[in-house]
Amino acid sequence: MEAILETKKLSHIYSAGTPFERAALLDVDFTAYQGEYLGIIGHTGSGKSTLIQHLNGLLKPTSGQVLFQGTDIWRDAKTTRETRFQVGLVFQYPEYQLFEETIYKDIAFGPKNMGLSEDEVDRRVREAARFVGLKEEQLEKSPFELSGGQKRRVAIAGVIAMEPKVLILDEPTAGLDPVGVESILGNIRDYHEAHNATIILVSHSMEDVARTVDRLVVVNDGTLPYQGTPSEVFQHGQELEAMGLGVPQMTRVFNRLKGMGFDIGSSVFTIEQAKKAILDTLSTGGGT
Amino acid sequence: MALKDITLGQYFPGTSLIHKLDPRTKILAVVLYIVALFLAKSFVTYLIMFGVLAVAVAVSKVPMRSLVRGMKPVVFILVFTAVINVFYTPGDHVLVKVWVLTVTMEGVWNAFFMVVRILMLISCTFLLTYTTSPILLTDGMEALMNPLKAIHVPVHELSMMMSIALRFIPTLIEETDKIMSAQRARGADFDGGNLIQRAKALIPLLVPLFISAFRRADELAVAMECRCYHGGEGRTRMRQLQYKTGDVVVLVAMLVIAVAVGILGFRGY
Repeated sequence: MEAILETKKLSHIYSAGTPFERAALLDVDFTAYQGEYLGIIGHTGSGKSTLIQHLNGLLKPTSGQVLFQGTDIWRDAKTTRETRFQVGLVFQYPEYQLFEETIYKDIAFGPKNMGLSEDEVDRRVREAARFVGLKEEQLEKSPFELSGGQKRRVAIAGVIAMEPKVLILDEPTAGLDPVGVESILGNIRDYHEAHNATIILVSHSMEDVARTVDRLVVVNDGTLPYQGTPSEVFQHGQELEAMGLGVPQMTRVFNRLKGMGFDIGSSVFTIEQAKKAILDTLSTGGGT
Repeated sequence: MALKDITLGQYFPGTSLIHKLDPRTKILAVVLYIVALFLAKSFVTYLIMFGVLAVAVAVSKVPMRSLVRGMKPVVFILVFTAVINVFYTPGDHVLVKVWVLTVTMEGVWNAFFMVVRILMLISCTFLLTYTTSPILLTDGMEALMNPLKAIHVPVHELSMMMSIALRFIPTLIEETDKIMSAQRARGADFDGGNLIQRAKALIPLLVPLFISAFRRADELAVAMECRCYHGGEGRTRMRQLQYKTGDVVVLVAMLVIAVAVGILGFRGY
């Protein structure tokens, strides 16, 4: 697979040269591949937010490089700005950044900054709104009349409308009810499939990440100790536990079952997968 | 933009003698110091004022670097004051004369003293906020303003408003940082363009900031009411302010210094 976004020996030190100096990232080599659905997990303060803010040039590395499609994004001011449009970043609780009078105008803020023609902006706004499930007649309303979950959709649409090649979302489902979580994750998947876009989903919920992503990167204390498919990463159950992360509950149960000598699949993250694995094992007569 | 470098109202926890003083003592001492600063006229008195400040800073163990860092925002005012003083002080000892601008010996001295005065003024107020936690500071203010209750000034409410304002400065700075990053991610440009473009660029920052400030205020009000807050009437305190020997010594010393500087300054020293 082709790398789209890379960091090379990326380090970031906050408040360098003061008594409050603190390294948030240390020599991080991170790669995101074209068209993949990547998950980043790490607990609060692990450096994951610092990492993603480097990926679209909001933070400047203390040392090291960030490459987008092979080009250093800090090569010149123009490249940095361009990268921000190509690598869309949706912050945590993005609903608090809405500011326009109408939903339409708010979604159009990004595309307008890109300097697109009015027709193109219009097309993108409507398409982005459709992706996140906003109705046409809602577009002329004020975003402040909406519910929290709806506001978040508007905010996500505001980034999707820039049609970024890489879409990074920081805890997009935080504080939503289960229905809201499902529908937002669904919207993101739709965008992923329609544009063959690279998605980077940041979360600390193993359950959410495990069942949506193709590949997983663990961030801890400013380094990336584990990368790989969810089932590869979850092999390190105990280490993850020590980092305050842990594996999905179902995976834990199945790791224990395996430890007890049952011949049973280990890449189990959800109840559906668990059911299937148990039925498979029973039908083949595995176990002791 | 390095918003995190703003040191306004920042507190450095510590256990120095200055940290331990009663907040009322520190506030009164700072007021006395500032009064004395404006009574100082020349070398002798300025030297005394500088000595007092130097001792206070040394005892407080506040790092010099933090004090200097706090000065950054006032550099413009300092330069402005210096320039105005240099050129607009009339005097007999003309040093340079270019077109309508005359630089006199008196002007240079005036500028020098003015800059030193502002620097010391800021340093001493910084020392107050660096060594006193915001809660103690407002407690002290409230205690000092207590007599005003007699003429129906809402002293408690004022000090509560002040502590809330101080408490939310770091929160709002953090919020500003976050919103700025979020809008930058959508291509907002806060640094480029002419004055009008820059002002316009602030809208995507200010609207969400105001909304969130109002939301926070609302939440805080509800939380306070839930805990039966009803203003200052009949409220007791967990921290009782009490003058100790050290406070009396500092106050008397400061008063003596202020009077001495006043007299010396009056005589032109």
